[in-house]
Amino acid sequence: MFHNLQELRHSPSLVTKVFIQRDYSEGTVCRFQAKFPSELDNRIERTLLEETVKTLNSYYAEAEKIGGQSYLEGCLACATAYIIFLCMETRYEKVLRKISGFIQEQNEKIYAPRGLLLTDPIERGMRVLEISVFEDRGSGGSSPSSTMSSGSSAR
Amino acid sequence: MSAVMITRKVRKWEKLPGKNTFCCDGRVMMARQKGVFYLTLFLITGTCALFFAFECPYLAVHLCPAIPVFAVLLFLFVMAMLLRTSFSDPGVLPRALPEEATFIEMEIEAANGNVPAGQRPPPRIRNVQINNQIVKLKYCYTCKIFRPPRASHCSICDNCVDRFDHHCPWVGNCVGKRNYRYFYLFTLSLSLLTIYIFTFDIVHVVMRSMNGGFLNTLKETPGTVLEVLVCFFTLWSVVGLTGFHTYLISLNQTTNEDIKGSWSGKNRGQNPYSHKNIIKNCCEVLCGPTYPSVLDRRGLLQEDTLISSSNPVPQSTKTTAPLIPNEHTPDDAKPSIAASAEKNASPKEEHPAATKVPPLASPETDAETSIAKERAH
Repeated sequence: MFHNLQELRHSPSLVTKVFIQRDYSEGTVCRFQAKFPSELDNRIERTLLEETVKTLNSYYAEAEKIGGQSYLEGCLACATAYIIFLCMETRYEKVLRKISGFIQEQNEKIYAPRGLLLTDPIERGMRVLEISVFEDRGSGGSSPSSTMSSGSSAR
Repeated sequence: MSAVMITRKVRKWEKLPGKNTFCCDGRVMMARQKGVFYLTLFLITGTCALFFAFECPYLAVHLCPAIPVFAVLLFLFVMAMLLRTSFSDPGVLPRALPEEATFIEMEIEAANGNVPAGQRPPPRIRNVQINNQIVKLKYCYTCKIFRPPRASHCSICDNCVDRFDHHCPWVGNCVGKRNYRYFYLFTLSLSLLTIYIFTFDIVHVVMRSMNGGFLNTLKETPGTVLEVLVCFFTLWSVVGLTGFHTYLISLNQTTNEDIKGSWSGKNRGQNPYSHKNIIKNCCEVLCGPTYPSVLDRRGLLQEDTLISSSNPVPQSTKTTAPLIPNEHTPDDAKPSIAASAEKNASPKEEHPAATKVPPLASPETDAETSIAKERAH
């Protein structure tokens, strides 16, 4: 126990995780809800998170767009019995790489300084956008709170 | 008092729950029962081998050399589609990690309010509106998630699969979002191949019979009889199946929805996923984007095995195991290692109890399991 408390002083402790769910109002395309979770009320400005989610949604919409390029890719791949996918990266994979870079950049610039961490949705099966909430630095040394039962901790 | 920490790298597929088998270090993913799949392979390759051995030499000389060439191309396409369908991830949804599962449970409890003791709690359903149609999302008790629309849980593979169509024993895999078009192209090309072989069998027999007589022909090319038999039975089933799936694609429905009657009968014409246009529906299913697998089968996990020889030292290297359902892991992440829990995982099963109790029945595990079960109720 002693050992753990000491470690706490040096590293931020995880308070809770907030999950932004998928928005299915437009079908099965990948979209996340723009609803701002109340647990983050005093951790981050509403507009910043909404902007992040909106940009993410636009990336996914671009990846899943059914249009000229996707038809071309589909027909070309079919003509080669999909062997071409062994050497070529699909459009979706390209966009996923962009998303991964975007999330990393957002974490570095916006979320980490506020003690938050975004997890790339693909690591959660594209079901949720997970935001890990860490204890505010500066108020270190307090006992670890594995607060799954208490929603938002007052600060 | 000595403790040895052994760290080894394992691939994520080794720790995936569900009843799949993996080959080629996680590149290939199939269901457990593969017997019927081997039969499919055998029937296709066997029949084609007979065709190339018996019919093709005669037809190439007496009719057209393009006939065997086209047969080879068609055969290769069929095999490519079959292997792609069988070996790829159908669109499996990973199970919820402990934190997500708890979050969802909390939301459910908040929505249900107070249930009087002794009364059954209401079914876990979430209503969403999709294109002005109310769709019910069911909760999956195995995966601990609310299934996305069109997803279903396959009991054979024990996974939730996105846009679940059906589990096909002939290809030895589920058919879902990621491999449905390969499955369709497989049935379509197999139909064409069957019709092709059947037709040229008949042509070959007729041509040869005109020169030598019917019975002599059969004696010279006994393979023909076998081929015709196989093709005849295959035709009825595979062509029928192709027709059925063409119908489903034009309506943008899955086999699962069709069987359950989700968008038929009194719900006819209310399919919210359909574009109400046959061409558009076909284009979406067959030429839509190729979805990536969200499973990351070949990612690396660091597995720490602490082998301690005597005292029951509290295992400080325990973290939540991201890929194992939370029956055996503590619900709350140990705070000191939470930050690194994203990258590392040490499955709790690997920790032998340092007491006299054998590892699989360690009192720690049992205690935690019972606590988890208590919390669930």
